[in-house]
Amino acid sequence: MNYKDIFDDQNMMRELLLDHYQNPHNHGLVDNNRYTSKHMASASCIDDITIQLDVDNDIIKDIRFDGVACTISTASTSMMSDLLIGKNLNEAKHIIDEYMKMINNEEYDFDLLEEANAFKNVYKQANRIKCATIGWDGISELINEKENGNG
Amino acid sequence: MFDVNKIRNDFPMIRNNPELIYFDNGATTFKPDYVIEGINDFYNNYTSNVERGDYDIAIKADKAYHNTRNIISKMINCQAKEIAFMSNITACLNQIVYGLSYELKENDVVLLTQEEHASNLLPWFRLAKQKGIIIKYIPIDIQGNIIFDELVKLIDSNVKVISIAYMSNVLGSIAPIKKISELAHKNDIRLVVDAAQAIGHIKLDVKDLDVDYLCFSSHKMLGPDGVGVLYGKYDLLSNMQPMLLGGGMNARFDNEGNIILKDAPERFEAGTPNIEGVIGLARASEYLMDIGLDNIHNYEIELKKYLMSKLKDINTIEIYNPDNLSGIVSFNVKDVFAQDAATYLSSKNIAVRSGNHCAKILHNVIGTDQSIRASMYLYNTKEEIDKFVAEVKNINLDSVISVFL
Repeated sequence: MNYKDIFDDQNMMRELLLDHYQNPHNHGLVDNNRYTSKHMASASCIDDITIQLDVDNDIIKDIRFDGVACTISTASTSMMSDLLIGKNLNEAKHIIDEYMKMINNEEYDFDLLEEANAFKNVYKQANRIKCATIGWDGISELINEKENGNG
Repeated sequence: MFDVNKIRNDFPMIRNNPELIYFDNGATTFKPDYVIEGINDFYNNYTSNVERGDYDIAIKADKAYHNTRNIISKMINCQAKEIAFMSNITACLNQIVYGLSYELKENDVVLLTQEEHASNLLPWFRLAKQKGIIIKYIPIDIQGNIIFDELVKLIDSNVKVISIAYMSNVLGSIAPIKKISELAHKNDIRLVVDAAQAIGHIKLDVKDLDVDYLCFSSHKMLGPDGVGVLYGKYDLLSNMQPMLLGGGMNARFDNEGNIILKDAPERFEAGTPNIEGVIGLARASEYLMDIGLDNIHNYEIELKKYLMSKLKDINTIEIYNPDNLSGIVSFNVKDVFAQDAATYLSSKNIAVRSGNHCAKILHNVIGTDQSIRASMYLYNTKEEIDKFVAEVKNINLDSVISVFL
């Protein structure tokens, strides 16, 4: 099976999402003033998460998150943290842009999104797009604040 | 004779969506042809404004609009002049709190419950900040039923208002309104009743219940959106300050700023009202009275008991209101986020609500801040319940994630 086909294999995708939901990566907040943080509460559902970002010299050193969240928001935020840690801010913004294109069912860069390709069919559940983007929107706001000197 | 198949055939939403199982009647209800035809008739044959026309179609619209008060007064047993139309029940509750704000003073106590909808909490919260009134919560049991003995203990001379839902929108618990109104009036306390979930489901008799104010929304009783009904005892309505000022509610005013208001109920209907909505509401009331509200309530209890008998053997779910006799069931599937479960059911053409249902402080009582709510009405069937139960059995982490793949 080639790499791209894995993301059409329902069993493997289910395992992947379940794993990120039950054992989310970079989960749990830290008490450290190097981090800037953002509270994201969806008005339309119960999702309520906080995201933390540590940037040093334009490089994302760490991302943390915690809160009350559904399978989709937890797994998508977990994958987001894996993808963005270690990237510089421009690379991170590019990945976020490509992810949003995928979520909106537009052409996007498959290779760039790695495991996050698991969400390529979320657009079919229109009422849950917010769940798949809440963590990504949060990190996007934190990066903007960094670049504008507010972070 | 209650004939659900005949009833189902009256609803275009059911005829046009034969596969859909609609269990979200707590949010809104479908409209029968009779209601839609009444609205179309107004727009097709006598569109005009009310209160000001000197020509035939305007007089006809005016008559139809005001006649709704007569029909509602038959449905809830009051006088026609005790009925005012606003934009929804939220507006009605805000109007009542606004009116009472002229009477309430610092340290006066208002009794609510933790299962109230936001619209019966937030206006009071604001008044508490503005005027220093004190809000206390009447204890409820884990299925949302008011514990009457605990309510009695809260009564003292500072309590001025009790404001509660007739039926909880999350748990479907029914408050003992008559007992509470006796207690309230013995102690010179005003009773406000949010009947959003009760209207069209239970026969309401405001005289017998002896409530001071009661309100509901048209769209939850087969009527159109955008109409709220405010009932108040006439002497109370007559002395209540309107929240909105403008056209249609004043008798005259001059350039010195003197305003003479119309009498209740028109005083509460500033601006062009939702004429189509009010006309449609009359037809919804007629439709419900024709079937019989006791018949509807009994049928909902039959559905609830049938659903409970099917759900009780499923050990993956937790039900929060098994004993409440109304069409609402609130539950969770163990280890599955409520919204994920609702999305799974949606993928099987079953419409339910998930979340906190605008009752955001209820989790203090039932121990969960989110649940799945299935709310049934007169057009739902046991066959739909069977399909629903079969899919509830299928809900688990694997199946809810599969919806997204």
